[in-house]
Amino acid sequence: MLSRTADHLYWMSRYTERAENLARMLDVNCRMTLLRQEEDVVRRRWTSTLATVGQLEPFLAAHGVVTQASAIDWISFERSNPGSIDQCLDRARDNAHAVRGTLTSETWETLNATWLEIRRFRRDTVSSQAPGDFFEWVKFRSHLARGVIQGTMLQDDALEFTLLGTYLERADNTARILDARFEFLAPEAAKSDDAGDYYEWSALLRSVSAFEIYRKVYRDLITPRRVAELLILREAMPRSLRHCMSRVQQTLVRVANSRSAETQRRAGEIHATLQYGRIEDALEEGLRNYLSGFLERTSDLGARIARDFLVSEATA
Amino acid sequence: MYADDATVRPHYSPYAEWLAETPGDRILEKRAEADTLFRRAGITFAVYGDEIGTERLIPFDIVPRIIPAGEWSGLQRGLRQRVTALNAFLHDVYHDQEILKAGLIPPEQVLCNVQYRPEMQGLNLPMDVYAHIAGIDLVRAGAGEYYVLEDNLRVPSGVSYMLEDRKAMMRLFPELFARYSVAPVEHYPDLLLETLRAVAPGGVRDPTVVLLTPGAHNSAYFEHAFLAQQMGIELVEGQDLFVDDEVVYMRTTQGPQRVDVIYRRIDDDFLDPLAFRPDSMLGVPGLLAAYRAGRVAISNAVGTGIADDKSTYPYVPEMIRFYLGEEPILANVPTWILRRPEDLAHVLAHLDELVVKEVHGAGGYGMLIGPRASRAEIEAFRERIIADPARYIAQPTLALSACPTFVESGLAPRHVDLRPFVLSGRDIVMVPGGLTRVALREGSLVVNSSQGGGTKDTWVLAC
Repeated sequence: MLSRTADHLYWMSRYTERAENLARMLDVNCRMTLLRQEEDVVRRRWTSTLATVGQLEPFLAAHGVVTQASAIDWISFERSNPGSIDQCLDRARDNAHAVRGTLTSETWETLNATWLEIRRFRRDTVSSQAPGDFFEWVKFRSHLARGVIQGTMLQDDALEFTLLGTYLERADNTARILDARFEFLAPEAAKSDDAGDYYEWSALLRSVSAFEIYRKVYRDLITPRRVAELLILREAMPRSLRHCMSRVQQTLVRVANSRSAETQRRAGEIHATLQYGRIEDALEEGLRNYLSGFLERTSDLGARIARDFLVSEATA
Repeated sequence: MYADDATVRPHYSPYAEWLAETPGDRILEKRAEADTLFRRAGITFAVYGDEIGTERLIPFDIVPRIIPAGEWSGLQRGLRQRVTALNAFLHDVYHDQEILKAGLIPPEQVLCNVQYRPEMQGLNLPMDVYAHIAGIDLVRAGAGEYYVLEDNLRVPSGVSYMLEDRKAMMRLFPELFARYSVAPVEHYPDLLLETLRAVAPGGVRDPTVVLLTPGAHNSAYFEHAFLAQQMGIELVEGQDLFVDDEVVYMRTTQGPQRVDVIYRRIDDDFLDPLAFRPDSMLGVPGLLAAYRAGRVAISNAVGTGIADDKSTYPYVPEMIRFYLGEEPILANVPTWILRRPEDLAHVLAHLDELVVKEVHGAGGYGMLIGPRASRAEIEAFRERIIADPARYIAQPTLALSACPTFVESGLAPRHVDLRPFVLSGRDIVMVPGGLTRVALREGSLVVNSSQGGGTKDTWVLAC
């Protein structure tokens, strides 16, 4: 398929996935502030969230002071913020528009409808009163897009590059969500049986749809070690780093071309580290360190994928 | 729909009966539903120079335009004849120029026209066909005779609306299709693909066909994506293609892949920055050289604009007689050629009755509609004509037929035209019907979508 088409499909699904994970991140924060409402705690939490999504500096430049409502508004709706949910959905739709002929009409119409419908939310009400409905809506639209893609698209390279974007983005986002929570919940502090921590961890699990899964898998108390293991190393957990990288690696095998051997090797290496790694070693290394190393490697992989498949050289 | 005495023409009577039986609010409901259908599917066109509504819906009217079978078969014969002659003219002009030697068309008018492409001189094309896709604009006037208003032989557009309009009508009013036996048009993309494959360079057994678009911001982008999808071919932009040793390739995730036929939806000027406009970012450097070497087919061919130029139009009936030895089946609108002194004098004396068009204008721009223009507008236009008469032609205003259309005040007559799409490859084929455009403003004769025109489904009756 055309490199440019693959590029649009890949970014279409990356932006859709990113919008979903932003909504998940905002949702967990909102739930947490219902638990502890001290002003400085709330401010610290939102400051950290803005930093996690790489938007703290532009936010401070625009707003000066971090408040819950302004942070939600900034990440959800701000059009001048290229990383907002609104802008992610806008770009997902732009990319879909550029290749609408490659998509099934159901897929295109789903993304187009999302883009049309976000305007029916009133940003002032969402940010200050009922953000939950909005986050639910974003997640639902993302589920719908993924379902329509998998349920209607021909199983060819177009689908492969769409999945590649989804899983690479999800791996990145899950790592960031985990990283942000570990900033607050240093493992040694979490060893105590503080109820507050229980709620923090369960909120984190819920934000990645993993609360029930945790119960099913461990049938035991929620501990940071197990949360980390579940979200990093569990193959069967669809949002875990290992699951995502396993999908990325498999997809790269299917779309391989004459240039992509090194990219495949690196994807395999990342995956193998997750497949054979132990959570004790990651905790020993320091989870934040471990995760930032992971983020560096996936970002390198993203650049390599772009070079091998998406941006074509004149006479490659 | 109505004859002179305001009685319903026979082929509209089942529709009129249905309309009388159907409650008004159901019609309104269906109109709203049609709007939602088109918006959700993103069937839009971009308007240049309009920042707010860069993507706008083309208004769709739910009243079909109905053409009896007998009327269509006459049209079809006429279209076949006309397109055959136009292709013969293009081949002649780019080879021996017999028609110029015979003195039927002034040579300087052809050879000095910017639409004449010297690059095409002497080049042989598969089956000698230049305009593989032709959109011929027809109007019905007076007692019901059809006239050709314009031949579109460069990159005629609108066929996606023909197909989407039919799809919408079948979804909204299935019961109407039970009352009429409407000839199908849905196989158009198959015919188009067959035509494009037929014109591939000789020796290519399984040609790779692509559709070349200027990109997502072009006003007809929806149609480009739609047709590529319907034909199952790649939708490419200039940046996706490159030429190496006079062979065209597209850049794919698996490396370069050879391209044999380019269905281009960009103008000649932008095709190849090395051959035409050097500032074009839309084209492919070296494409013309590959084309001239016979390594790739371009559809429509380069240089077809010389045949649909408004200054060439008046000579089409002569072409039909010259190349085919037949009398034209479809009439031209009588046209004054203002480069001729006697025509100029007549037109200047009757500006308030006539339509004057710029020969290179398109889209309903650059024209004067005498009966609707103010004194001042006429005088201003007169100055422009006198300054450069050869740039203009003039035609009488026709008593165009109208078709009932839903407007704010209910059902009202609005002027329509018809653009059938004629495909020339191994054979000349067309689907029964075409794009009906309707001038939504009362009394307006301008049907262009950029100027408030809408579309209707066109029903050619099967019997």
